[in-house]
Amino acid sequence: MKAGGKREDVLRVIGTTPIRPDGLDKVTGRAIFADDIHLPGMLHGKVLRSPHAHARIKSIDTRQAAALPGVHAVISAADFPEPAKPTSKSADISDLATNCMATTTALYDGHAVAAVAAENIHIAGQALGLIEVDYEVLDAVLDVRSAMADDAPVIHENLKPGFFFASTKKAHPNAGRLEYSDGDISKGFSCASVIVERTFTTQTVHQGYIEAHISTALWDADDRLSVWTSCQGHFDIRDQLAGILNIPMSHINVIPLEVGGAFGGKDSVYLDPLAALLSKKCGRPVKMAMSRNEVLRATGPSSGSSMRVRMGVDDSGKLVAADISFAFEAGAFPGGPVSAGILTATTRYNIPNYRLEGFDVILNKPKIRPYRAPGATQSHFAVETVLDELAEKLGMDPIELRIRNAMKTGDRLVLGYPCPVIGGVELLEAVRSHPHYRAPLDGQNQGRGVAYGFWYGGGGASSAELSVNADGTVQVCTGSCDMSGTRMTLAMQTAEALGIQVSEVQVTTGDTQSIGFTLPAWGSRTTFATGIACITVAEKVIAKMIERAAGIWETDNSNVRFDAGVFTNTNDKLQALTFKQLAAKLDSTGGLLSDQASVSPQGVGFQLAAYLVDVEVDTQTGKVSILRSTIFQDAGKAVHPDYVAGQMQGGVVQGLGWALNEAYIYRADGTLANTSFLDYRMPTALDQPMTETVILETPNPGHPYGVRGVGEVSIVNPPAAVANAIYNAVGIRMDSLPMSPTAVLEKLWEHQAAQL
Amino acid sequence: MSEMVHVKTTINGAAVDFLCEPRQSLLEVLRDVLYLTGTKEGCNDGNCGSCTVTLDGVLVNACCVLGVEVAGKAVTTIEGMAKNGNLHPLQVAFLEETGLQCGICTPGFLVSSRALLERHPAPSEAQIRHWLAGNLCRCTGYDRIILAVQKASKRMLAGT
Repeated sequence: MKAGGKREDVLRVIGTTPIRPDGLDKVTGRAIFADDIHLPGMLHGKVLRSPHAHARIKSIDTRQAAALPGVHAVISAADFPEPAKPTSKSADISDLATNCMATTTALYDGHAVAAVAAENIHIAGQALGLIEVDYEVLDAVLDVRSAMADDAPVIHENLKPGFFFASTKKAHPNAGRLEYSDGDISKGFSCASVIVERTFTTQTVHQGYIEAHISTALWDADDRLSVWTSCQGHFDIRDQLAGILNIPMSHINVIPLEVGGAFGGKDSVYLDPLAALLSKKCGRPVKMAMSRNEVLRATGPSSGSSMRVRMGVDDSGKLVAADISFAFEAGAFPGGPVSAGILTATTRYNIPNYRLEGFDVILNKPKIRPYRAPGATQSHFAVETVLDELAEKLGMDPIELRIRNAMKTGDRLVLGYPCPVIGGVELLEAVRSHPHYRAPLDGQNQGRGVAYGFWYGGGGASSAELSVNADGTVQVCTGSCDMSGTRMTLAMQTAEALGIQVSEVQVTTGDTQSIGFTLPAWGSRTTFATGIACITVAEKVIAKMIERAAGIWETDNSNVRFDAGVFTNTNDKLQALTFKQLAAKLDSTGGLLSDQASVSPQGVGFQLAAYLVDVEVDTQTGKVSILRSTIFQDAGKAVHPDYVAGQMQGGVVQGLGWALNEAYIYRADGTLANTSFLDYRMPTALDQPMTETVILETPNPGHPYGVRGVGEVSIVNPPAAVANAIYNAVGIRMDSLPMSPTAVLEKLWEHQAAQL
Repeated sequence: MSEMVHVKTTINGAAVDFLCEPRQSLLEVLRDVLYLTGTKEGCNDGNCGSCTVTLDGVLVNACCVLGVEVAGKAVTTIEGMAKNGNLHPLQVAFLEETGLQCGICTPGFLVSSRALLERHPAPSEAQIRHWLAGNLCRCTGYDRIILAVQKASKRMLAGT
């Protein structure tokens, strides 16, 4: 494919490492995040949350709170309008609204039941204490197996099965189900020489973004709503607000800000509708910010799971059958990531006979939201440890087993279509030939593990507007929130297409009233899809500039050539104008130029990664230390290699936290016990060594420069690779996450007892 | 509303007077009273380090100090790090080494790292990791932050 006449092998800007435009404000403290918004007359809101995991709300009395001096508005579910009809199948507006404010029943510890707006947060806090809620406590369900038991308390009388990637069908009062299958699994297993069947459990974990959810809303006298919020997709937030508040989308302006981390968890409204309704009630702007306790209790973490995997391999090392059943937490409302879990379970391998079954299980926990390659970290933990065991039983190198079965370009995928261009075998060969793979381990209780991972990634709608200034600089406005440096990767693609310097391109994120619809920054889609929007609009502008140059030279458009930022008259090579020179002539030849592109690219390049890790297990305490860490990932084309490496390292460390420490710990009554960063223990700088990054580049034909999304797949492998390394070190097969000292020690003792 | 207290202090070298309630934390005073919003809130309970500032040269979490406690003391925040428009070598190194992604934890890491280099001008990787263990970053996995601190240390020692 071409872009501005450029081919991949002559890229000038893509592949360099310029300094990000938002960096200076971020290192000096000037960057504006959601909590930095201060509007004139602004009030502060706070939420009263259910102290019970499951309780009928018999009555709410807010009179005393409303009478407290300094309190300006109090709301509960009674203040919510009837929601609008949903405009897409992916969001159930009624569930969304009920998740923001409980109606008849509190469905999890921390579920909002009322909110107040007051002069300051301290008065708002006092007012919460004056709200009287009469609860009838109900039995809570806290794990997927008990939620699907015959006598489980029914959480929703009329369960509407959820949607995430794919729809589920109601299979139990508390669960939806879906299945994909092909071939004949019993025939497949009959050809197997080795079969391994294991069950696994994982716990609920949180994305752990450092910036909490914060939203400021202003409902003006004309019933127009402005919202300044921390999110990863402001159009999505707008559409959810329009549905919940039942007002036209065009009446809402959601203004994006710097985003202090999201990882999938900031795609949903929580505070925004509450701030809006409080503002409507008192006529002043209302700001609401969650505490860390509220973030952990009441926003959308990733699913805990119960997984059964049975896989068979023949003598030659070919996988012949897989029978997989996953039950994933959906939280209090349907629509968890189990479909993505089963679809990523085996997709990187060719297996002729398979059955992939998933259950989306409702229980009394917060509604699950995406977390970096949603569902895939759980599925890889199960499948990649089973593969390790199959390789061991076959006496085969674990990389060799994976290479023999690796999905290749054109092979048939689980969803039935041919696999787009991927470099899986090349990636696995890179692992095998890396010095880390053969380096000696030189201590007792040390071991090495590997895992190989896959993630789809996303494409879809993105918009960009580009304006050429008289001085030859360019500004681009897109609809993508920037979570990690994407304004730079978009500026680089624009500069590449226009043949100018990246310093001459400024990229901003427009609010929902300034730029066309753009899907959220999920699925690692921004650099890919919004990048294509930037390249497309750049090509449109170049086409118009060619017309201008042709007009100046009094020749046909077809005689003007554009290459590397220079317009040339092919009939008279002396007639040439740089982009900057022609920009200076635009005003006098018909006016300055701008254009817009809304695209919806579908040619997403799959994301592949492998992770290689060395561990040491302290057999006295069960503590697992990471000794060496190497990640291999295919970026398609690394737009900014340092950012790609940063995504890889960041995902690895999140994956190591999931592997070793992180878990929601619920008390028997269903209340969350670890509601601070002290107790919800994420990795610190001390917990792992440097992670070496190896970037491979198998160009994605779906993008002009070959770009693949790179943000997600790095997280999927570490739990499995660490589990395999623990086995290699001390001979125990870990089958639950986190692999905390307690869990490891228990397995070690079991292992020792079995050997007596 | 509780009674306001008049506090005289020094912030980033300048004399500052403010009024605050005794229950207001230094973090709240910095952000909501003085509009010094460069100091970030990540947890408000002393566990993430995003609000790291120095108080008479000692690193503290501003969320765990009361506003009234800074009377007569000297506070430095991220806003005081660049001098006369010149970035501190750590700020430059964080930019060059991509020691930030979302940027919410960055002010806290910079203030902590400056205190480290003031005490240990040539820290080892292990020393840096220990020193920064009180600052949480969820985006980078820390490696590029460590590299940035090492780079700034080398430049400061070389006087460049």
